[in-house]
Amino acid sequence: MERNPLQRQVAYMRRSLFDQGYLDEQFVQLEDLQDDANPNFVEEIVTLFYTDSARLIHNIEQALESRPLDFIRLDDYMHQFKGSSSSIGAKKVKNECTQFREHCSARSAEGCVRTFQQVKQEHTILRRKLETYFQLARQAGLAN
Amino acid sequence: MLLLHIGKPFNLRKEILGKKMRGKGSSSSKISTLIVDDDPLTRRIHKVLLTKVGLETQAVENGKEAVDLYRSGASFDLILMDLEMPIMDGPKATKELRAMGVQSMIVGVTARDLEVEKQMFMASGLDDCYVKPLTTDTVTALVEKLNKDN
Repeated sequence: MERNPLQRQVAYMRRSLFDQGYLDEQFVQLEDLQDDANPNFVEEIVTLFYTDSARLIHNIEQALESRPLDFIRLDDYMHQFKGSSSSIGAKKVKNECTQFREHCSARSAEGCVRTFQQVKQEHTILRRKLETYFQLARQAGLAN
Repeated sequence: MLLLHIGKPFNLRKEILGKKMRGKGSSSSKISTLIVDDDPLTRRIHKVLLTKVGLETQAVENGKEAVDLYRSGASFDLILMDLEMPIMDGPKATKELRAMGVQSMIVGVTARDLEVEKQMFMASGLDDCYVKPLTTDTVTALVEKLNKDN
């Protein structure tokens, strides 16, 4: 298929997101579901994820301020966060969530606080990359 | 139990489903599915996925809503039941539905990937259990199983 330079750039950016470990196979599953009936499905799901995860981040931040830490509640919130991250194929975010939950199991407050910063960092990095990707894809006139 | 991805091309999968469904009788009869999940992201993904493979879908947010639907006379060929939900969770809803005599295929979907947790969920009366979100291959296999059982 002949692609113009912008389309090639979009394809390259997409490939990079997978090669650099930001996204996994689940993102491809979402792309496969996008069609004429749901033309912006991938972006819709990613937007829904970021709306929902803002709530979870807020809950976790509040829970991390309470003393003593309720590791069961923290683990439960992070389980939800990890599940949502898995749903969009957010591989690095998901991995950081796993690390956080290991610190919950170990009842390590310092570990939880530290890894939560990493969760948020990966969450933000991915958001920026996907926003750029979707913007470029729209410009290129591609479906996803 | 997790299914392996077989990776059939999507058009071939639709053809398999289409042929099997025509074999059921009326060309307008679609397999009906109830999505039971408190996560809006999962509900949306599963709704689009199931619709794309030709199923009718309805969604509720917890187990009690699913039970209430059945009590009101509704019935579905397939129920996708989340494990953890507020008000009434998946195991409780599944037990209640089975106690009511519901024979629909009930498939658990959970983000929990520990075998012991899945076994506990299965023990409530599920026909099978998968890690969510479901994939097209998994749904295709479920529909083929439904068609074969019928």
